[in-house]
Amino acid sequence: MRGFEKRLPDFRARGVEVVGISVDSCEDSRKLCQSQGYTFPFLSDPKAEVIRRYGVLHARAGMNDQDIARPAEFLVDAAGTIRWVNLTEDLRVRARPEDVLKAIDTLMPAAASGWRHRSSIVHVNDRIVSSSP
Amino acid sequence: MKRSWNGFVWLGFGITLVAILSYFLVFLRFPVTRDIPWVTFALFVPAVWLLAAGVNRAFGQPERYRGRVAGPILSTLSMALIGLFGYFAFALTKDLPSANAALRAGQRAPDFALADAGGRPVALSEILRRNRGAVLIFYRGYW
Repeated sequence: MRGFEKRLPDFRARGVEVVGISVDSCEDSRKLCQSQGYTFPFLSDPKAEVIRRYGVLHARAGMNDQDIARPAEFLVDAAGTIRWVNLTEDLRVRARPEDVLKAIDTLMPAAASGWRHRSSIVHVNDRIVSSSP
Repeated sequence: MKRSWNGFVWLGFGITLVAILSYFLVFLRFPVTRDIPWVTFALFVPAVWLLAAGVNRAFGQPERYRGRVAGPILSTLSMALIGLFGYFAFALTKDLPSANAALRAGQRAPDFALADAGGRPVALSEILRRNRGAVLIFYRGYW
């Protein structure tokens, strides 16, 4: 996560948002973001519904036999298609930001999509989405 | 004759500690030394050798070297730590269910709306409307 935070400008320059998802509560995510200085969105999936839908459930592996996510990284394009997936077989072995940036440049080259770097989108402190009711 | 301090056993124990600590503090950051912790295991070799030599001389030449108490204790501790590290690296972190159910490249990413750290709902479709793509990082969490 720290690595992704450090390379966040490289992701934003490519028009790609980084999102963390876990079963942690909003409160826990808020504490994590504050203590570690993370600025990208951390989403809370306490019942592991989205985690299950993406097929990355690690059943009863959390405290009190809670269902949690196994580590995984998905690269999704603007059309909503998964372009690249990293599933690890070892908790110590995760995708590094460089791996994902390489996948973006290979599979979703900016030139092909007509992407233009727009400064309005790369403000680090911008809330990316906030669809208040 | 005063018996001399048995530096081998202490040095061996110290190297064991350094080997394990350095894995988490340094070598975990680099895939080359993280995936197979060869640097850590390479450091275990001189550690075990020093411990064995230290214990050997503590008992073989008790008139010259100390360490008949510290040697076995530090050796046992080191072996336990090395064993635990081996268990961590070769069993514990590989204890994951099959990933066969995971969505693959080419499939549609199911849309979702989840609350962010501020409690505000965030939808994948909304992120994708405003960006060229998204990296979804699923992680175990800190519960």
